[in-house]
Amino acid sequence: MSEQPPSSPTPHPGDQTDAPSVAPVPGEPEGRIVLDERDIARALTRISHEILERNKGAADLVLLGIPSRGVPLAKRVAERIAAVEGVEVPVGSLDITMYRDDLRKHPARGPQHTEIPSGGIDGRTVVLVDDVLYSGRTVRAALDAMNDIGRPDVVRLAVLVDRGHRDLPIRADHVGKNLPSARTERVAVRLSELDDVEGVWIS
Amino acid sequence: MKKHLLSIDDVTADDIAEIFATAAEMHDVQRRDVKKLPALRGRTVINLFFEDSTRTRSSFEIAGKWLSADTINITGKGSSTSKGESLRDTVLTIASMGVDALVMRHSASGAALQVSQWVDASVINAGDGTHEHPSQALLDAYTLQRRLGSLEGRHVVMVGDLTHSRVFRSNVLCLTKLGARVTVVAPPTLMPSGVTEWSRAAGFETSYDVDAVLPTADAVMMLRVQKERMSGGFFPSPREYTVGYGLTRDRLALLGADVPICHPGPMNRGLEIAADAADAAQSVILDQVSAGVAVRMAILYHLLAGEGSAA
Amino acid sequence: MSATPTKLVVRGASLLGETTGDLLVVDGVITESGSVDSTGAEVVDADGLVALPGLVDLHTHLREPGREDAETVVTGSRAAAVGGFTAVLAMANTSPVTDTAEAAERVHDLGVAAGLVDVHPVGAVTKGLAGEELAELGLMHRSRARVRVFSDDGKCVADPRVMRRALEYVKAFGGVISQHSQDPSLAGPTSCCHEGELSGRLGLPGWPGVAEEVIVARDVMLARHTGSRVHVAHASTAGTVEVLRWAKSQGIQVTAEVTPHHLLLTTDLLAGYDPTFKVNPPLRPQEDVLALREALADGTIDAVATDHAPHARHDKEHAFVDAAFGMLGLETALPVVAQVMVESGQMSWTDVARVMSTTPAAIAGLDRQGRGLEVGSPANIVLVDPSADLTVDRDASVSLSRNNPWHGRTFGAAVRATFLRGRATVLDGALV
Repeated sequence: MSEQPPSSPTPHPGDQTDAPSVAPVPGEPEGRIVLDERDIARALTRISHEILERNKGAADLVLLGIPSRGVPLAKRVAERIAAVEGVEVPVGSLDITMYRDDLRKHPARGPQHTEIPSGGIDGRTVVLVDDVLYSGRTVRAALDAMNDIGRPDVVRLAVLVDRGHRDLPIRADHVGKNLPSARTERVAVRLSELDDVEGVWIS
Repeated sequence: MKKHLLSIDDVTADDIAEIFATAAEMHDVQRRDVKKLPALRGRTVINLFFEDSTRTRSSFEIAGKWLSADTINITGKGSSTSKGESLRDTVLTIASMGVDALVMRHSASGAALQVSQWVDASVINAGDGTHEHPSQALLDAYTLQRRLGSLEGRHVVMVGDLTHSRVFRSNVLCLTKLGARVTVVAPPTLMPSGVTEWSRAAGFETSYDVDAVLPTADAVMMLRVQKERMSGGFFPSPREYTVGYGLTRDRLALLGADVPICHPGPMNRGLEIAADAADAAQSVILDQVSAGVAVRMAILYHLLAGEGSAA
Repeated sequence: MSATPTKLVVRGASLLGETTGDLLVVDGVITESGSVDSTGAEVVDADGLVALPGLVDLHTHLREPGREDAETVVTGSRAAAVGGFTAVLAMANTSPVTDTAEAAERVHDLGVAAGLVDVHPVGAVTKGLAGEELAELGLMHRSRARVRVFSDDGKCVADPRVMRRALEYVKAFGGVISQHSQDPSLAGPTSCCHEGELSGRLGLPGWPGVAEEVIVARDVMLARHTGSRVHVAHASTAGTVEVLRWAKSQGIQVTAEVTPHHLLLTTDLLAGYDPTFKVNPPLRPQEDVLALREALADGTIDAVATDHAPHARHDKEHAFVDAAFGMLGLETALPVVAQVMVESGQMSWTDVARVMSTTPAAIAGLDRQGRGLEVGSPANIVLVDPSADLTVDRDASVSLSRNNPWHGRTFGAAVRATFLRGRATVLDGALV
């Protein structure tokens, strides 16, 4: 998850995860950069290998990115897997707007696109991909959303950044970088597919 | 978005774009095995229909249920001419049970607006007399947009009994808001009073000659003609109507093959629309129905799911 | 003030808005005017006030018998007195309909018992207002109620043959038919909004002006043919004014009335579907309003009549097309006319006395009313403050009903006192 959206009222530290993925913001975010473009690339490569290791290959894998920035990350992982194993792993997106537990706290936001690959998720190993893991509520919503779509055999979670402060008993299987942070700090992820810069900043 | 949807005037072009984007996602939900989203869990939506309608009511009912709302259908009693409750008493009785939204259809124009002033719930106008039917206009425009891409600059032609049509009034507002060029065609007796001033102010055109207008249409919307109007002296006979204004096989040939044909239903096959036209490949009539559920889900979601909604 | 002072002096009023003077009233009759000796008299200080003859309303709905939840003869009389009226004609569309001598006497007696204004029942033209058979017009005239004006108001006497017979029949005793002009084929029972751009856009059943005009035109021709008088109730369109002008130029005996609301309110008030503004005939566009004002000023329209139409709240709390027709009018008639016609300079107070007292009394054939402020006339007097600042509060009304289109509006004239044959019914702006 990225940092809090511009439209929120007075920031509450817990809000930062609860905010939905924001539209691309131009320019470099505030603060110091903790992962640059090459760090991100290396992290994604390692994550892709880990996924294959854990799964003992690419069989029955489905990658679902959580919009917004989970989606390009999922695609990049799929590319790396294709390069290493020579297999095209199905990639899709899973929007969780309608499953959020805090719907009534914000004006209703329109959902982003959900695209389930044509083979579905029944009996598959689904790897959810997101940019930041924080309170865990987004992942909980994603699990509920998947429940209404099908029944995977296994669900795993891959995130680019784990910044701690879980509100729920949720953990990531694959982490690009552990980034201990204070609740008052903001973590901003930028990816070239959506933004005009690339990197992870903390402020 | 405003608290109520009483008229197309209640939504801006941006609101409409947002509704359409949400509706597109809702469309996908319709194709799943589990057609359910939890977004309106715990909300109560009452379908309060004073006028008969299987189509619109079940569309709203399904839309509410697929969003996990509790939806209840209530048939309202007829008009006040019986010595029954006033309309205000009737709706207050229902609303005071703790209702989040009233989806209301009534035979009197303006009823939805009046009711919205009496109750706390969100009011969604499912058709008020001959005034408006905003969710129908939204699903019509959504259907056309999916077929044509953008509606900007497109020529949409509406033919039928305009005087008594709420679909016409909502559609003309919606389509012009989305940048379409609208021409409405009807015999003089079925044009609304004051339509000349109104059309000039609102930016649509009128014509008595359907054959002159059809060749330049990018989309055609046929409106239902009620046979009862014939006996009201509005028109000599169904046959004369069909020859003068119906979408006959001959007129179908005047249209480009990719010009979508709409009809809000129910159709009088053979009267305002030939069977061939209704069943033609370019007909989007069934698409309109499936769009109806998706669009109504989007409407309910945007009005009720977030903060600042009713209740 | 004592119940009926034998001697009363109204001091320092502007009589008909022209000369300042006093009025001496002895035993209910104006005996002197000008500079008057007030010894032994009760004095009412009318400094700064305009004195007019007591107003006469040709068209009021008192709802009793049948709808006492909306208004009674007592509460309606109170509203009339507060409005400066000393006589009202009570329309016949009660329940039961006032179509017999007994029914007319019943309303008449209720008015006498209330004792605040002279209540003159209007008799129905046809039995049960059904528009088919003449009611017992002669017997109603001969009754205690001495009915002279007959009307099926609420409904139109649409059958030309029935209208002709009625016009002819009442000639025998100097009666007059007051027609609610609405051709039922052109404007049916659901018609509720002036037929035009607004009705088209709002989807409300249209009430075209021509539905009124064809009846007015027909009736003046019938009146000419039968040599009778005819009266046009609540004229509402410029077209009606044109017909009236022509008819009068031909010497046809036609009179007409206009309501205060048709002089000021327009159809665009219906845009919010508020049934407060639902009335029959409907509010019209500004062109019609202006034509009606001009006609009232030049005498083409003879009188102002309120068409006071009280309704219980629940009868208005319906969808617009289902709600009851009608607005309150007695308490606000004079302030409205003063603002629209006097403040604008189109009419003087003398003209107001003509259209709201003298002429309506003459049309109705009332001998104890409408005699102006002449010496020798019954002391039916209303005192008006022409520089008041009156904001209408519908909840402060003395009517039982609240369907008031003027709520929240401010007017510059207000009734301060009303006298019925020398007895004060209203003093200091309130009922005595």
